[in-house]
Formats: sequence, C-alpha cells, structure tokens
Amino acid sequence: MIWNEAKECMPREEIEELQSARLKKLVDRVYHNVEYYRRKMQEVGLEPMDIQGIQDIEKLPFTTNEDLNKAYPLGLLAVPRSEIIRIHATSGTTGKPKIGAYTRRDIDIWAEGVARCMTMAGVTRDDTVLVSYGYGLFTGGLGAHYGAEKIGAMVIPVSTGNTAKLIGMLIDFQATVIACTPSYLLHIAETLEKENKIDQIKLKCCICGAEPWTDEMRAQIEKRLHIKAYDIYGLTEMMGPGVANDCDAHAGLHIWEDHFLPEIVDPATGKHLAPGETGELVITTLTKEGLPLVRYRTHDLTSLSYEKCSCGRTMARIQRFKGRTDDMLIIKGVNVFPTQVEAALLTIDGTTPHYLMVVDRVDNQDTLEIQIEVEERFFSDEIRSLEKLADKVRSVLKTAIGLNARVKLVEPDTLEHSQGKTKHVVDKRKLYD
Amino acid sequence: MYVKQLSVFLENREGRLEEALKVLKDNGINIISLSLSDASDFGLLRLIVSDPDEARRVLKESRFSSQVSDIIAIRISHTVGSLFEVLRAITEAGINIEYMYTLSVGVEGASLALKTSDLARTDELIGGMSVHMYTQEELG
Repeated sequence: MIWNEAKECMPREEIEELQSARLKKLVDRVYHNVEYYRRKMQEVGLEPMDIQGIQDIEKLPFTTNEDLNKAYPLGLLAVPRSEIIRIHATSGTTGKPKIGAYTRRDIDIWAEGVARCMTMAGVTRDDTVLVSYGYGLFTGGLGAHYGAEKIGAMVIPVSTGNTAKLIGMLIDFQATVIACTPSYLLHIAETLEKENKIDQIKLKCCICGAEPWTDEMRAQIEKRLHIKAYDIYGLTEMMGPGVANDCDAHAGLHIWEDHFLPEIVDPATGKHLAPGETGELVITTLTKEGLPLVRYRTHDLTSLSYEKCSCGRTMARIQRFKGRTDDMLIIKGVNVFPTQVEAALLTIDGTTPHYLMVVDRVDNQDTLEIQIEVEERFFSDEIRSLEKLADKVRSVLKTAIGLNARVKLVEPDTLEHSQGKTKHVVDKRKLYD
Repeated sequence: MYVKQLSVFLENREGRLEEALKVLKDNGINIISLSLSDASDFGLLRLIVSDPDEARRVLKESRFSSQVSDIIAIRISHTVGSLFEVLRAITEAGINIEYMYTLSVGVEGASLALKTSDLARTDELIGGMSVHMYTQEELG
C-alpha cells in the first residue's frame, strides 16, 4: 500500500524538478532569515542566486554538529519564535542536545512522513498501533503517534519502561502493529515466550528503529512473533522518525526525497560519490520551516540507490548502514558519545579516572558497563565507601546520558593504556553486518 | 593506642590475592594477621604486617591500590561477655563500628581489630577498661 502515490512514485525527472525548486526557495529563506547561514554562505562568496537547482548543491557549505552546538538552542531558527509549536531534543546533556523546533506545518509534514512509512508496512485505519517509543523530548513516541493517527489507526501510547503493562495492552486491545526499538521488541518476544502468551497476540507487523539492527535480528523478530518487520529511519535534527523506511522488497529504506534531499559524500574530502558508493549520508531539509538544515552531515555511512523499486516507489533507497564516521554509540536507542561519559566522570572529583565502557547485547537488550580503575585517591579501607563510589559513578552517568550503567571497580592499570591514548569503548554487539 | 593496618583493593579475579601476597613475600614482609572481605565485584584485603609503609610502597610499585590506616587492636579474656562489655561501651558513646575482625596473634585471650567512626574516642574508652591494647611494636 502507498500513502501518497503521487509523491512516492513520481518519475525521477519530476522529483528532481521539485527538489530544485524547493532547494532554491530554501536557500533564499535561510539566507534572508538565518544570520548563521547567511554568514556561512558569504564566507564562501555565495549568493542565493548562485543556487539554481540541485546541480549546484555542492557549492553550499555543510552544516555540522559543531554548527548546531554553536547555534544552540534556536540560533538557526528560520521563522519567528511564535511560529514554533513544539520542541524535541536528543538526550545529550554534556554536549548540547540536538533540537527539533517545529512549526504547525513541520508537524504535519512529519506526520505525513511517518504515515507514508507506516503505510509501507501495511498499516491502515483499521489497525491498532501500540507505540512503545519513549514519549517526551525524544522524537520516537510522538513521531510514531502522529503518523499513526494521521492514518486513522487506533493508537495506544504505552511509551517505555513497563513490559508487563505493555504485554497486557498488547493482548487486551489485540494490537496489530507495534512501534519500538528492535532490541526491545526481542525482549518483549522473549517475555511472551516465557509466559506462553505468543498465541494470545494479534500483531501483524512492527515498525522498528532508533538503533541499528541486523538482518539476523529482523529474522528473529519475524520468526518468533510471526510478524513482518520494517525498519524506520530518522533523526531529531531532521524531524524524527519517518525520514525513510523499508518496503516489502527490503532492499533499502525509501527516503522522502520531496522533503529531504540526500547526498553521499566522501567523509574525508566532502566530495560527492557516485550512486552505489559508500560514504557519509548528507541531508538537506527541503520543506522544513522551523529549523531547516542545509547539507547536514549525519555521520551515518551508507550508499544510495536510485533505481525504481519493485514496490512501485521511485524515491531513492538508503542502503544498509555500514557504521558511523564518528564515535557515537547508540545504546538502548540513546545516542551516547564517549566524551559525554568522560565529562560526567570528571565531575566525580575533578580528574577523569581511567575508565572503559563495555557495550554488549545480552538477551537482546543493550547493556552498558563502566569499568573504573580504583586509583589510590578513590581507595578506602571501608567497603561502604567503595560502594558509594560505584553508586556515585552510576548516578552521574544516569544524569549525563540517561542510562543505567553497571559499574565495575577494577584494579589500577588493568585497562588498556597505550602511549597516553587509552581505549575507552569496547562494543561487543554486532550491529553492522 | 593505634596499630597500622594495610588495606589492599582486589578485583574479583582469579589469582589476584595470590599476586598481592607474592609481592609481600618477595619483599620480605611478614603477615601477622589477615582478613578478607568481599563485595559483589571486588574484595578488600586487610592486613597487619611487619612493615606497613614499606608494604604499601612495594604494592604500589606493583600497581595495587592500597592504604595504611589506623585501627585499634585489643585482647580480651576468654570469658563470657567480655566482648559484649567493650562493644556496649562503644555503642553507648554513640560510636559506630565500621568493621571488626579477629587477629591471629597471642596465645591467651582473643585478639580483635576494630575500626570505628571515632577512633580517638574509642581509644579513650577502651583505655579506661581492663582490656589490653596492642602497640605496633608488640604486633610487629
């Protein structure tokens, strides 16, 4: 099923015409409304009229995380503040969180994006959609919610945190669709198996995202729950989930090119790569009003395919993600940078202890263990004080990254140090295959 | 009167206790008494040794986290209620016992190591009782 056939199946030429027209308007808008963009363009001697269409996009400077940090919170706003009706944000608290600021139209387009994605997965107004992404600043919950409502489905906003309650709602309301992270869905599957309740559910599909997952996880989800699994992609900076989604062909995620212009660049040189080549995904928001982004570097490594898909859609497909160009980790759907952890540990007594983050996936749930070397300044002859140290580490991390970590105290010099550069992350999960 | 106690942080990992004891042995340090406490992930080795400061130095060289701290070491008679009397005096003074363990020294009576929330006050209290307090020299 296709939500918006006129757009999703547009011939390539028309897509490009539309993109060119929208890009020109966007450049004009940001040049005149956002000082930050205007200065960046002036620095490289660009005027809005230099951009006549998507063929000129490489002339435009990139927008990076650093730019977002500098412009935090609303320095890139392209409309009067009174036009903004909602804010979302990523979890980053030591680094600046990334902001989504939406006008009413932005919210509508977001819902349209999610509706297209969910329809791709077969969701209709007759479905009951259980949303188990977090509601709040995180875009997952409300993003999926508005999309499912736009379709006219019955939405159950369970949010996260209480598996027993979720399973109760799943069964009582005979939900047919679930939207959550793939690792959490596997946890739900396990719980259902343990409680012998698989037969009591009526799920037909899931829309999973917010973290990388493998074909193996998809196969497990489909087999254990007897459902079809679909992958949804998005970023808070773009709007949230609903930027792209995979169809029944499972041959990549269709990106809504009428709203988002994707490019693949060499992460080192920033130059365009040929279709099919793997590089960094760069996205320009063509229609966003509140916080438009010009050539935003996502740090996600992938390639694009422009061939018409067997599902009938013409919109380009983002191929399997191959990793990141930075050191960001996604743990339980939360974006974590090792530098955030480092900054948090620094608050313990002013000096960063030697530490190691060990990320793993146990029973399909992400786990984070922080190993801290007990240097003499932390040492005490009382077990209570040492346990207090572990509690303190747990609590500063919870505040900084919003995750519960297991803290393990280890002896000095047991973590790997090499030439003053210490390895801080061990990720045992197999996320990219 | 205080006695110096050496505490060593040990990860719950095979062979760590042995490794710490080897460092002491190789440096000619005699262990007079030893107590091992464990938490979920780590252990704490508390020792009375012949030369605590030297022991700490050599342990540090071998990258163990250790600490020398004061404790009170006492000997009480093998009679009913003798430990109770000591503890009652401490408790009534509003002092907490942080930890306590038996010392493998002496032939008569029972010997104990004590760490309290107020060591100076504990020292005063016990000093006023008919309880023997060990000096460092006596133990070393």
